[in-house]
Amino acid sequence: MADAEKLALNAAPNGAPIIEVRDLHKRFGSLEVLKGIELEVRPSEVVCIIGPSGSGKSTLLRSMAFLEEYEDGEVLIEGRLLGYRQTPSGRRRDTDRNIDAVRNCIGMVFQQFNLWPHKTTLSNVTEALRVVQKMDRASAEKRAMENLEKVGMRSKAHEYPGQLSGGQQQRVAIARALAKQPRIMFFDEPTSALDPELVGEVLNVMQTLAKEGMTMVIVTHEMGFAARVADRVIFMDQGVVVEQGAPADLFETPRSNRLRQFLETWNERSSGDG
Amino acid sequence: MLAEGAVFTASLSLCAIVLGVFFGLLLCFGLMSKNKSLRFASKVYRSVWRGTPLLVQLLIIFYFLPHAGINLPPLGAAVIALTMNTAAFQAEIYRGGLMTIPNGQIEAARMLGISTFAIRKNILTPQMFRVVLPSLINETISILKNSSLISVIGVTELLRTSQQIVATTYRPFEVYILAALAYLAMTISLAAIGRYFERRLGKGQRAAHVL
Ligand SMILES: Nc1ncnc2c1ncn2[C@@H]1O[C@H](COP(=O)(O)OP(=O)(O)OP(=O)(O)O)[C@@H](O)[C@H]1O
Ligand SMILES: [Mg+2]
Repeated sequence: MADAEKLALNAAPNGAPIIEVRDLHKRFGSLEVLKGIELEVRPSEVVCIIGPSGSGKSTLLRSMAFLEEYEDGEVLIEGRLLGYRQTPSGRRRDTDRNIDAVRNCIGMVFQQFNLWPHKTTLSNVTEALRVVQKMDRASAEKRAMENLEKVGMRSKAHEYPGQLSGGQQQRVAIARALAKQPRIMFFDEPTSALDPELVGEVLNVMQTLAKEGMTMVIVTHEMGFAARVADRVIFMDQGVVVEQGAPADLFETPRSNRLRQFLETWNERSSGDG
Repeated sequence: MLAEGAVFTASLSLCAIVLGVFFGLLLCFGLMSKNKSLRFASKVYRSVWRGTPLLVQLLIIFYFLPHAGINLPPLGAAVIALTMNTAAFQAEIYRGGLMTIPNGQIEAARMLGISTFAIRKNILTPQMFRVVLPSLINETISILKNSSLISVIGVTELLRTSQQIVATTYRPFEVYILAALAYLAMTISLAAIGRYFERRLGKGQRAAHVL
């Protein structure tokens, strides 16, 4: 009976959280960067994380992918603890294999694209399909081409990253992450390294993904995008979540002083830019 | 006869370099390993082989092997010494090359579930070789020249052959000049081969330096 109830709960409109972050702490030496973060993300939800530089946004996202080893607290991905396993003598770092298994459902896109420059667009996308999923060349290339098509980069399949613009490289990076068919996508300032005229093409791809129901966590400085696409916006400052809510509420009626200040500074800066 | 010696020197050096690539890579990943004792052992090996003269290493191996019940011809001892020596230098070359590759590329691979071994094999090593090619050519040139040291254990490579010719002809000046020219011809060819590969690998790669 209990199981049936649980199932019913999972199927509820909002669904059970696909990501849960509980009392997350992260230190770099003596600097405490995350001071007890609580966060839940539900399936198909698009969550944008905003906040001033150095507030810990990247560190939070990277901890949620275990690219940073958090010290205290928990990150649960689809209900499974990421990065650690319980032993009789306490919590131990998990094996690489288990970590890979838990975060297999996550695709990640970085500010610096991080494509492999010695491989063509196509083999950037097929690499993981070939060596991790052991797909044969033909099916891997087929899957890769479908994903390149999706980001509008099919025609550049045989070019090298160095021959592409930043926006194109980022779209390839998105295709590479999508090819693994993740259920969750993490983006860490995906447009911050781009020339302004190239930002739109990447945001469009992301917007399409959001519409298709992908669960997304996006660290961004693009307030317009957050307002348009996010279901929920999280404002971080100095290692804590200061405020969160629907974009309209957050942007129009900020409750905290820190958010108000942050939005004012941002407005000034963007109107100053013209 | 001199030509024979030159061919011998060239093949011997090439042999040591190729074996050295393999062991140098192993040692390099040992130096960068997460495992503390493996890292320590690699550092000790690297420091010992980089910090002692090749001639001394050669003599120790030559006299030690029979002692340990391993009976190898002098040639075997020579190849082992050259390989173990170049492995230490190559490992350092590779380590330097790997450090030029942005860590983000590794993080992207990890997020895709690619194993450490596959990351090293498919992502790091190919890029690293492009970066270190000039240093690797340098190392090959220096092994080629240093291989003259193995004449002391009686391997008839280029220098030893020259000495033998001198012993019968009593024309040291001409013979050693010829030997020097033979070394020079080989090292110049190596440099040219290196430049050729650099140009070829440089194709679609210009951005690697920009990234
Ligand atoms: N690897 C590291 N070692 C030491 N300190 C770090 C490291 N990474 C981040 N930090 C520090 O942690 C704090 C938070 O950094 P983080 O990159 O998470 O901020 P952010 O909110 O993403 O900022 P930005 O908007 O500039 O990207 C900063 O003070 C930063 O200097
Ligand atoms: Mg950041």
